[in-house]
Amino acid sequence: MFEILAKKELAPHIKWIRVKAPLVARTAKPGQFIVLRLHERGERIPLTLYKWNKDEGYIELVFQEVGKTTYEMGTYGVGDKIMDIVGPLGKPTEIENYGNAVVVSGGVGAPIGYAVARALKEAGNHLTVIAGFRSKDYVILEDEFGKISDELLITTDDGSYKRKGFTTTVLEEYLNQGNKVDFVFTVGPVIMMKLIAEITRKYEIKTLASLNPIMVDGTGMCGACRVTVGGEIKFACVDGPDFDAHQVDFDELMLRLKQYNREEKLALERYLKGGA
Amino acid sequence: MAKQIKKQRIKVPEQDPVARIHNFNEVALGYTWDLAVEEASRCLKCPYSYAPCIKGCPVNVNIPGFIQKILERDIKGALEVIHTTNSLPGITGRVCPQEEQCEMNCVMGKLGDKINIGKLERFVADEARKQGIYPDIPQVEKKGKKVAIVGSGPSGLTAAADLAKMGYDVTMYEALHEGGGVLIYGIPEFRLPKEIVRYELKFLKMLGVKIVTNVVIGKTFSLYELLDEYDAVFLGTGAGTPKFLNLPGVNLNGIYSANEFLTRINLMKAYQFPEYDTPITKGKRLAVIGAGNVAMDAARSALRIGYEEVYIVYRRTREYMTAREEEIKHAEEEGVKFMFLVSPIEFIGDENGNVKVLKLIMNELGEPDSSGRRRPVPIPGTEFGLEVDAVVFAIGQKPNKVLYQEVPELKTTKWGTLIVDEKYRTTMRGVFAGGDAVRGEATVVLAMGDGKKAAKAIDEYLNGEPWPEEIKPANFW
Repeated sequence: MFEILAKKELAPHIKWIRVKAPLVARTAKPGQFIVLRLHERGERIPLTLYKWNKDEGYIELVFQEVGKTTYEMGTYGVGDKIMDIVGPLGKPTEIENYGNAVVVSGGVGAPIGYAVARALKEAGNHLTVIAGFRSKDYVILEDEFGKISDELLITTDDGSYKRKGFTTTVLEEYLNQGNKVDFVFTVGPVIMMKLIAEITRKYEIKTLASLNPIMVDGTGMCGACRVTVGGEIKFACVDGPDFDAHQVDFDELMLRLKQYNREEKLALERYLKGGA
Repeated sequence: MAKQIKKQRIKVPEQDPVARIHNFNEVALGYTWDLAVEEASRCLKCPYSYAPCIKGCPVNVNIPGFIQKILERDIKGALEVIHTTNSLPGITGRVCPQEEQCEMNCVMGKLGDKINIGKLERFVADEARKQGIYPDIPQVEKKGKKVAIVGSGPSGLTAAADLAKMGYDVTMYEALHEGGGVLIYGIPEFRLPKEIVRYELKFLKMLGVKIVTNVVIGKTFSLYELLDEYDAVFLGTGAGTPKFLNLPGVNLNGIYSANEFLTRINLMKAYQFPEYDTPITKGKRLAVIGAGNVAMDAARSALRIGYEEVYIVYRRTREYMTAREEEIKHAEEEGVKFMFLVSPIEFIGDENGNVKVLKLIMNELGEPDSSGRRRPVPIPGTEFGLEVDAVVFAIGQKPNKVLYQEVPELKTTKWGTLIVDEKYRTTMRGVFAGGDAVRGEATVVLAMGDGKKAAKAIDEYLNGEPWPEEIKPANFW
């Protein structure tokens, strides 16, 4: 059992928790994830790590309430326990001193972007963070990003905070201004990652995308998370979650993420009605 | 005058096929006391030194010995005889291919039906469980040495039990949230109720084995760290990575590996969605590609979650199917349809990415391949489509590399299986391996046999047997 040590609401339906998980914290690296199961009847879901502390033995996660499991997890408070957490899973992000690195995150991709951005900064990169959110109310981790980035470009879809527009527009502008970029890491909605990859392909910039497919075991056993990369079948849980963004079949990933839409809707409605 | 020996096997009551495809309860209901005694009375009681059944058993259970105890109606005695060499009788009694092992050589076969050893073993385990009986725990002197077991499937469980009985301090690591490996996530409830696996795991804990779940060796701990902390390590990581055919449309929704399909149903209880949170694609028609035991498990599970028509799609003919006869028979009784001499060539989906059509091509049998089986050869112009709502790939698994990819000392074969010698020693000092991680894909009881022999080899190593300079690869098939 894994105890929740602290909890905060960062934005509507976006929550931060600190959980005691010493074995995960011990060897966690940026870009890696965990799989958790809330209780005996729970499903296994992957969540990428935001922060961790080896000495204190905890990990920090940020999640958005979208389905039954995340809504239910949102009701867990300090002192409550998550039944199972396994990790760290997946390959860590390839961190090196690329020169000028840009991290592009969308929505709740921000915490993963933060973990990677921090490591890129520590590795000596000049770090630019482009973080996009739906609107002012949904802006998260601004201070955290501010502390580690050389340049922080926040944008909102509706223009209610900072500038108006998508991260793609911001990146394109940034490149048009003549900024030299050696490496891009992108994480967020699949459509955003796809469009970011299209931009950086034109500029021939090495780009990694952190993928978020459906998983069950998270250890390479089931193939639920399979994605097509460069025409080959890859398992995001063990071969990823990061892949060369220019090789990923994002359209397929988008369809695969909808596989259980109907069931997820049913489970959520039932849960919100107090069914289980 | 000698009593007349019954030539026919005493039948095992089974759930009616029409009823059972609507539930996940066990198909074979098992013997009652009276039926078990009647079947046991047919045994000719070959002497221990001769009994061909014992020789046919990968873990050498003293079969005439426990059958004698059944005749004496001594359940604990029977259980203890079995446990001398096999700590998992409730499991082996159900999933062993007895017809190719103990029962194959049964002397009774010359006079009539062979003894139903599997069902008698199962009876002993079930009756003991019903009465809450465990074998006495042997009091052994502690060796003061520690062994780590990686993976809690059949080979690991067996190695763990034997090492614990010898007095070693054993810790078993499992990546999933529950111990048992393929016995929990793979084999369906209707063939092996999970309650039985849990009962037999409990006995391991009584022996002092520590089972640590939610730990992935290679991620949470490295193999090097285990070697620092333990005197020896056994790798029973199985063959957990599913194979797919890289055909157009293979990643459409509704196309599963058997591992995923069965894990969702068995481990995650998707058949009880939404009471349990894990969903699974439902529909009217499902096709399973493959014809082994796993394919039968997937097909029969599909019927139970509500598919009306389930097809086994196999590229060869019935006689080449690798599934056990009993499994094929059960699948047929339940209404699974078999389509032979066809191979998948493409999957076609709808606008939402859900699979709708499985495109197949017909084959004829050509020359034998390296396995001696006649190779299927596609017949041009015979392509056709089968409308489906889901497809399950049951064409085999390969070993999971997560553990070894960062351990260059561990050498593997070209199939990705670990190289070991006849004493289950890998190319890394102090590290042993067995089961599917070494064999590729085999059976539960062969993996158990490996675990048993590896435990003996580990004991010898920890008693000072030198590690060889060079590992001479053994052949396991």
